[in-house]
Parts: sequence; structure tokens; C-alpha cells
Amino acid sequence: MTSATPPLIEARAVTKRFEKRLDLAAKAARLLGADLEDEIVHAVDAVDLQVFPGEVVGLVGESGCGKSTIGRMIAGILPPSDGEIAFDGKAMTAMSGQEKRAAALAVQMIFQDPFASLNPRMRVEEIIGEAPLVHGYVDRAGLAAYVDEIMLKVGLDPALKRRYPHQFSGGQRQRIGIARALAVKPRFLVCDEAIAALDVSIQAQVINLFMDLREEFDLTYLFISHDLSVVEHISDRIVIMYLGRVVESAPTEALFAAPKHPYTQALLAEAPRLDQRSRDFLPIKGEIPSPLHPPSGCHFHPRCPHAMEKCSAVRPMLRPQGDRWQAACHLLD
Amino acid sequence: MNSAKTAAAPPVPGQIEPLAVETPFQRFVSDFSESKLAVACFFAVVAIILLAIFAPLIAPTDPYNLALVTVADKTLAPGMVMQDGTTTLLGTDGSGRDLLSSIIYGLRISLTVGIGSAIVALAIGVVVGLVAAYAGGRIDNIIMRIVDMQLSFPAILIALVLLVTLGKGADKTLIALIVVQWAYYARTVRASAMVERRKEYVESAHCLSLSRTRILLKHLLPNVLAPIIVVGTVQTAHAISLEATLSFLGLGMEQTEPSLGSLISNGFEYIHSGHYWISVYPGVALLLTIVSINIVGDRLRDVLNPRLSK
Repeated sequence: MTSATPPLIEARAVTKRFEKRLDLAAKAARLLGADLEDEIVHAVDAVDLQVFPGEVVGLVGESGCGKSTIGRMIAGILPPSDGEIAFDGKAMTAMSGQEKRAAALAVQMIFQDPFASLNPRMRVEEIIGEAPLVHGYVDRAGLAAYVDEIMLKVGLDPALKRRYPHQFSGGQRQRIGIARALAVKPRFLVCDEAIAALDVSIQAQVINLFMDLREEFDLTYLFISHDLSVVEHISDRIVIMYLGRVVESAPTEALFAAPKHPYTQALLAEAPRLDQRSRDFLPIKGEIPSPLHPPSGCHFHPRCPHAMEKCSAVRPMLRPQGDRWQAACHLLD
Repeated sequence: MNSAKTAAAPPVPGQIEPLAVETPFQRFVSDFSESKLAVACFFAVVAIILLAIFAPLIAPTDPYNLALVTVADKTLAPGMVMQDGTTTLLGTDGSGRDLLSSIIYGLRISLTVGIGSAIVALAIGVVVGLVAAYAGGRIDNIIMRIVDMQLSFPAILIALVLLVTLGKGADKTLIALIVVQWAYYARTVRASAMVERRKEYVESAHCLSLSRTRILLKHLLPNVLAPIIVVGTVQTAHAISLEATLSFLGLGMEQTEPSLGSLISNGFEYIHSGHYWISVYPGVALLLTIVSINIVGDRLRDVLNPRLSK
């Protein structure tokens, strides 16, 4: 974005490695000649990502590309291995205790699985009311009214607040999860496949709820999804990831009209559309490579129809490709 | 697509009747009562515990009052009348003590040591297991290797060595039983906490900046409680039988405060002379206690483990 406002959330060269070190027995086995080594997965590989206030950014990629890991690092659930997350222009690591807590609370996450994301042993009123009470947003006397108010905002009947999560349907549980996040007055919501586990009819309701809340609370969203068609309707900008790296980032309409990266082109060409219902779809050739042993150079080169010699040797960097548009491909240099 | 539209209407407050809220506890009770045997055993356990608590009120005589115990009552068969006029229902032992009274008092000691050691071991095990699971890494490794070491020795062997070193007595037996039991709890708690801590509700608690202590106690602990209750019940029965074994071997309780195990041991020398009751009735009492607790424990396991339910 060219405007002067600083990004609300910024990932600066953020990397996440998951390491599985060899234990003693495995080390002994290696001494005896077994083919074993430390397993290091680069789930996220030096990713830069900016989300500006009021924006809805869709983060799209195949499963295993690291999009959820990025979301969790931004939400403060996982610490980055390298790089830093900045909130309102200031790195989280550079903040004092008080500031850090405020920033952590300002970024909340909505989870994919509405069954696993609610503590089964707590009543709805506790699930929603716990954090605001602990952090002093509300005192014990005002808690009940506060919980009622938030439940109404997300379309839940406050009369149900003494129930347990198992007594709700999937859509209602997701609303409880949203209410829990809203209760600490966040400015930024990371929605990790937040509607993927819901029935199609319920998906639309929850998306509408997200959009209503956006206006009411002035929220900014990072919408993580594997499904382009979901993200297309709600996002201002779309970021495409492939195997731990961002390959393209562009305003939604422009991206759908003329994608620049070959991977994005392939994704868009294969998205089912009503106006193309009679054509045969060709899957992108090959499998997504293992992040344990990613391809050299551009991660996409083994599957890319335009691959050149350079692609297997040099990693293409994310470069500006016009207004608010970035892509990482040697073809565009 | 019509249905999607009608479903999209937001719920109107007050329209849904506040249904009777079935708490998890109520569900648990109704599931548990499906087995009549388990319910019977549960009441048996309650009865045994009450018997132990109110022993001085229930027992016909006081077996510890040496002024009342006389050798003249030595090895009376069940149903005979003692010197002081009371009928001895289960007979008397070699020192002339009424067996029924001795069993009730012995139950008191067996249960105190068994349940007491189980509770303390559970508390230690829960804390250690939660810390191991939550901290992970090196701390987890060190704790779990200690647990492995502990569990690789037979419980009875460790208890024997400890009691030989510490000496006899209720307090020492209690310590020995705690030492041999805590590792079971620690391992069970760690295993279920490892599963729970990866669930999204724990991540969400992190995201809400809740303190570690709060996450451990309010979010993790209640969700690992089910298997602990099961292990706790079965381990209590195990502790009672272990104490009985130790006392039988002459290591657990002092002779002045005999537990069920000591009673069995006392009667052992009389068994060949036809005074079977001195050993057999305390044995039956021990058996009933342990079997009842175990059946309750098994039922708890069935009810609390959703994978076993139909």
C-alpha cells in the first residue's frame, strides 16, 4: 500500500522452523551407520507480510504451505524462529510488559475446529467472560451484562449462557469462539480456516457475521483459507503462499483478473466456476513437495510450466509489480 | 437455497426456552447407574468407609483396650459367648480379641493408609505430570526418566526396602506407599495433558494472555481429571492390598494397631489347628473392600472414556 499509514500488523522476514532433534538412541544408531539426521521443517521461510488498518487480507495456499503457522505467529501463539512480528509499527519483542499484553490482546484468533477450540468443561459465560475479567475490562458485578451484550452481538441468545459447548451446534460454537475473541476488544482478528469446518449454509452466516463485526468494531482481518472462492468475496487483498513462502500478493479483483505468478495462474485456472462448468479440470502436475526437503531455488520450479534454468538455482525475491502488487518469479524480472 | 435464507435469521432473544441444563455431572451419574453391579459396589464402598469412620460406635468391643481383652476368650469359635457376655459373631483370635471388632478397627487403618497415600500420591503425581507435559523439553525428559526408573522396579520391592530402612508404623507405611504410587499418576496425567495441551482451546487461552498457572489449573487440569479419577480408584485398591501384603510380611503396621493384613498374618499360625476364622474373615473383608473399589473404578473407566461407550 502506498499510503502513509503504518501497517497494523507486520511480519518482518519471519521464519519458523520445526526441529526434531535426534535422541540418544538415534545418535547411537547413526554412529553405527544408520541413515538418520536431524529433521528440520521450514514451515515458514523468511516471509514478509503487512496488513493495514481496516483491511481484510486473504491468505491462501495448499495445506502444509505454512499459512496456519504464520497466523499463529501473528496471534502470538507460536514464537517465530527468526524475524519479528510488529504491531502498530513496533516490534513485539521490543515492547514492555504492559504494552506487550495490550498488543497481544489486540490480536485475537478464530480457530478452525469449533469442537476443539472451546474448553469442554467451562460454561459459555465462563468461556466468554474469563479473559475480560482477568484483564480487568469488566468487574465481577458487570460481567453478566457484558457477556450478554457480546452474545447478542454475535447472534447468540444470552439465555443459553449457562450451557456447555457440547450443547451447541457447530455454527453456534463458532459464534461462541468469536464472542470469546471479541470480549477482549481486539483490533485484529486472525481467522484460521474459520468456516472450513461448517456446513455451507452456515458458512455464509458466519462470513456475514464477520463482515458486520468489521464495521461495528472497526476490525482488521487476516483470513486464512485453502479455498480461493471463500476469500474472493471478503478480501481486499489476497496473499498466495507456496511451501513456506509468499509468491504473490495483490488486490483481489486485479489478482483474479490477471494473476502474474504461474502458481497463482494455475490455482485460479482450476478453481471451479459456474461459467466454465463443462470444461475438464487439470490438476497442477505433481505433488506439493515435502517441506523437509524443499526444491532448490524457486520452490515451485518442479511443477512450473515455465521453469527455466535459473529457477532451480536462485530463489526469486518478492518484488513490486505495480500498485500494491508483489510477486516472486524470475519470469517477471 | 431457501433453507439457507431462513436459517440465516438471527436468533431472537427469549424465543428459545432456557432448557433444563444437563451438567456433565448429571450425565455422568445417569451413565454410571446403568450398571447395577457398579451401583451396588459403590454403596458397599460407602458402607465400608462409614464403618471405618464410626468404628468405635459400631464395633461390639474395643480390641485395643487391654483391660477388657482376656486370654480366657482365646480362639473362641463364631457364635460363642465371651467372658463379658457379648456373643462373638466371627470368633476371637489367639489373644482373645473379638474378630468382628478387630476387622472393623483394622478396616479403619487399612483405609486410612490406602486412601491417604493415594490422595497424597495423586496430588504429587498431578503436579509433576502437568509440569512435565506443559514445560516439555528437558524438564519433561528428566521427570519422565525418573518415573520410568521408579516404575521399572516392582512396587512391593521398593516398599519393602523403604520399610526395612524406615521401620514399622502407620506413618512410615504411608510414606512408602506414596513413594511407590506417585509415578503412576504422573505418567497418566502427563499422557492426557500432552493430548489436551495441543488442542485449540489451550492455544486460545494463550492468545487471551491468560497466565500459565491459570491455563494449567483452569483449562488443562479439569480436562485431564477423568483418567486420574479412574487411576486413583484402582490405585487406592492397590494401595490397600499392598499395605495388607506388607503387614502380612510383618513390615507394615505395629502389632498394637493391626490392619487387615496384620490380622490375616496373626491368624495364619492357627489355620492348621482348625481355627480358620482368625485368618479367613479378615481376608474376606479385605477381598470385599478391594473388589468393590475395583468394580467402581472399572465402571468409572467405562463411563469416562467415550471410546468405550456404545
